[in-house]
Amino acid sequence: MATTEVTARPSGPAGPTPPPSSTGRARRPFSLGRWFRDTGWRHLVALVLVVFAVFPLLYVLSASFNPGGSLVGSNQLFSTIDLSNYVDLFTDPSQPFGRWFVNTLVIASVTAVATVFLGALAAYAFSRMRFRGRRVGLLSLMLVQMFPQFLAFVAIFLLLSSIGDVFPALGLGTHLGLIMVYLGGALGVNTYLMYGYFSTVPVSIDEAAKIDGAGHARIFFTIVLRLVAPILAVVGLLSFIATSGEYVIASLVLTDPQSQTLAVGLYMFVSQAFSNNWAIFAAGAVLSAVPVMVVFLLLQKYIVGGLTAGSVK
Amino acid sequence: MANQVTAAPPAPPRGSPRLNDGPPPRRGRPALTGAGTFAVLAKIVLLGGLDGLAVAGIVVMVGLSMWVPVVVTVVVTGLINWIYLGRGRRLPAKYLTPGVAFLLVFQVGVVLFSGYIAFTNYGDGHNGSKDDAIASISRAGLERVPDSPAYPVTVVEKDGDLGLLVTDPDSGEVEVGTADEPLTVVGSPLTDATGTATGAPGYTTLTLADVLGRQGDVVDLTVPISDDPGSGFLRTDDASTAYVYRSAVTYDAATDTFTATDGTVYRDGGDGAFVSDDGTALTPGWKIGVGFDNFVRAFTDDQISQPLLRVTAWTFTFAILSVASTFAMGLFLALVLNHPRMRGVRYYRVLVILPYAFPAFLSGLVWAGLMNPEFGFINQVLLGGADVPWLTDPWLARFSVLLVNLWLGYPYMFLVCTGALQSLPGELEEAARVDGAGPWRVFRAIKLPLLLVSTAPLLIASFAFNFNNFNVIYMLTRGWPRFSDTTLDVGSTDLLITMVYKIANGQGGGRDFGLASALSILIFILVALVSVVAYRRTKALEEIH
Repeated sequence: MATTEVTARPSGPAGPTPPPSSTGRARRPFSLGRWFRDTGWRHLVALVLVVFAVFPLLYVLSASFNPGGSLVGSNQLFSTIDLSNYVDLFTDPSQPFGRWFVNTLVIASVTAVATVFLGALAAYAFSRMRFRGRRVGLLSLMLVQMFPQFLAFVAIFLLLSSIGDVFPALGLGTHLGLIMVYLGGALGVNTYLMYGYFSTVPVSIDEAAKIDGAGHARIFFTIVLRLVAPILAVVGLLSFIATSGEYVIASLVLTDPQSQTLAVGLYMFVSQAFSNNWAIFAAGAVLSAVPVMVVFLLLQKYIVGGLTAGSVK
Repeated sequence: MANQVTAAPPAPPRGSPRLNDGPPPRRGRPALTGAGTFAVLAKIVLLGGLDGLAVAGIVVMVGLSMWVPVVVTVVVTGLINWIYLGRGRRLPAKYLTPGVAFLLVFQVGVVLFSGYIAFTNYGDGHNGSKDDAIASISRAGLERVPDSPAYPVTVVEKDGDLGLLVTDPDSGEVEVGTADEPLTVVGSPLTDATGTATGAPGYTTLTLADVLGRQGDVVDLTVPISDDPGSGFLRTDDASTAYVYRSAVTYDAATDTFTATDGTVYRDGGDGAFVSDDGTALTPGWKIGVGFDNFVRAFTDDQISQPLLRVTAWTFTFAILSVASTFAMGLFLALVLNHPRMRGVRYYRVLVILPYAFPAFLSGLVWAGLMNPEFGFINQVLLGGADVPWLTDPWLARFSVLLVNLWLGYPYMFLVCTGALQSLPGELEEAARVDGAGPWRVFRAIKLPLLLVSTAPLLIASFAFNFNNFNVIYMLTRGWPRFSDTTLDVGSTDLLITMVYKIANGQGGGRDFGLASALSILIFILVALVSVVAYRRTKALEEIH
């Protein structure tokens, strides 16, 4: 890091470290020492951190290609490249990985789509209509979403088990029941996010459509929803990522291995025989992580833009 | 959902230029005020479907005597119909109802329900009503009554449930019953030559092949003789003759006690179980309200209170250190990479945020493999065969958990800090430099305070997230190494949330929903308190700057 350098002397613009200008750089001859002090050490730090960030991921990737299968056999990185673990993953009936994958995709996609829809409906009402309790409603949404839903997992478990007495299709062990629970968190922060974005779409558009005779539903579905598409994508993606990695509620609701999600199934699978199942688990981990990581990196610009916009008031 | 990503919208569309993206106004069409045909149709189908479901549900619930849910369903369905069939001022409600309904049931409702469970003894051995408990005790440990008469029976079936069609050997009366319904007299049975009933209206008689196919079910079938569990049950081994079976303990409804064959009397002790004078309780018990017992137990029972204190202290430590370490590292990296003349920043950026894109539950498991003391990569390869107990020594395990959480969490802070740094006004830095401040001074006195103000809400959110960071702890260490001074499955790296999860899941004892809910209520209160205090402080921060 930079050294502390507090000079009491007032110094002019040509002080100890003048702000470098691009025109001045060209005239000076290249010096390794100066390069290192200026940006070189930054590359060094960044490289160290890149190693820290990437090496566990490379390790899993290498373990997944190692046909030996055990934890200790995975320590020689990329010594062999072999797809047998991937084949085992899908053929061994003791871990129905394909089912887990499909289950996760279905649960997370349905939840994401429904979350976007419910959130957009609410955000439309909050941003376009003026009604009694609007401010209170928005505030209480902010409050409610501060408490993570999974803290009440005991109550969720018991509630689902009694719902299952009445509607077996929505009870414990069903995907629909789990999705319903996840939708409990559909409003909250999502609505707040969407509300902000909806409000940036000028109301004059709505008014123009209204004059042309469109009703509120037509305005919502055919005009507003298209204009706010980017935020819908972001909310859907965030919901998808959160749902696909959720463990607490999913592990309580889904007990049958055939109906479990990746998070529950893979955890149960690897914790049964940690060392022996390692290579197959690694293959499963790679396959489950790749879709999420690809989408994340593709939409990185949106997400990062969103993150930073949220951090800076 | 609770996730670390608290995104704000990307660049919003800016007014008029985007106007053209919308569909062109339809001028030639007649006015479509309100709803078109499709909308009306959709409304009818959806509302009809909902009402149908509600009616079906009510029928079942009445059958199960669930009266409170019946009332709730009727009121809610009525309200939804009222909202969607009306016009005018109900419009906002039409858009809010779907989301709010789920929110009220599965977020607000379950929290209130937790509050209720916290004041009961709900859990393994206490999960039904008193009547259920009596029936279940009476059914347990059935023994054949020595002098029981032989009842000629026929196995019958109704709606998928097996039943016994019984001909009373003394009176010749024909009765039928299932596992749930005691014997009732049959009006006009079919009988064979010996007077034994072979069929009854409304019941299907099982053929011999059916009986053989469902032998296990038939042998397990236990039909109560009457409403009073004390009078015993009929069971059959061969699907043709049944005998009376009675439990080793018999229930007497008049005195509300169970009496064992050796004369021991079990009374309702007021704690939701039948207890004998020497303190032995019959299982199962039943669910009762216990007031503040669960909370009192959490703070006074040595088995719970000591571990609870340590876990609470560690939860705070973990959350604070996690926020501090991820923020420090994220900020450091952001400062390092935030340099106008540095090349390749784009590539570094993508690579360092990879851990953030990797699913959190997998990270814990992957690091558990890396840190495995015997076979793990770190000990075997990086440390050349050392034997460092990364996950089994209490303090080292705590360090490891923090390290893994740092790996997972710093990319987020890096992204946040980069954004915040780039939005700082450059004139401030220039002015400070003109006044003679060095780079460290500029950072300490100008950049850091401004950064803290703009990122404070996210730091608080991050604290609340890490306070309940279930996945990292549970996947990496399961909260272990375990404490040695308690029978509960609680350990050095347990957070409150993982401790509650394990209590509710019955790891290290029976499932105790009451205690688990009481503890989750405590977590709610702690998170709320911390957030309120922290938000107040940040308000103060803002006013200073």
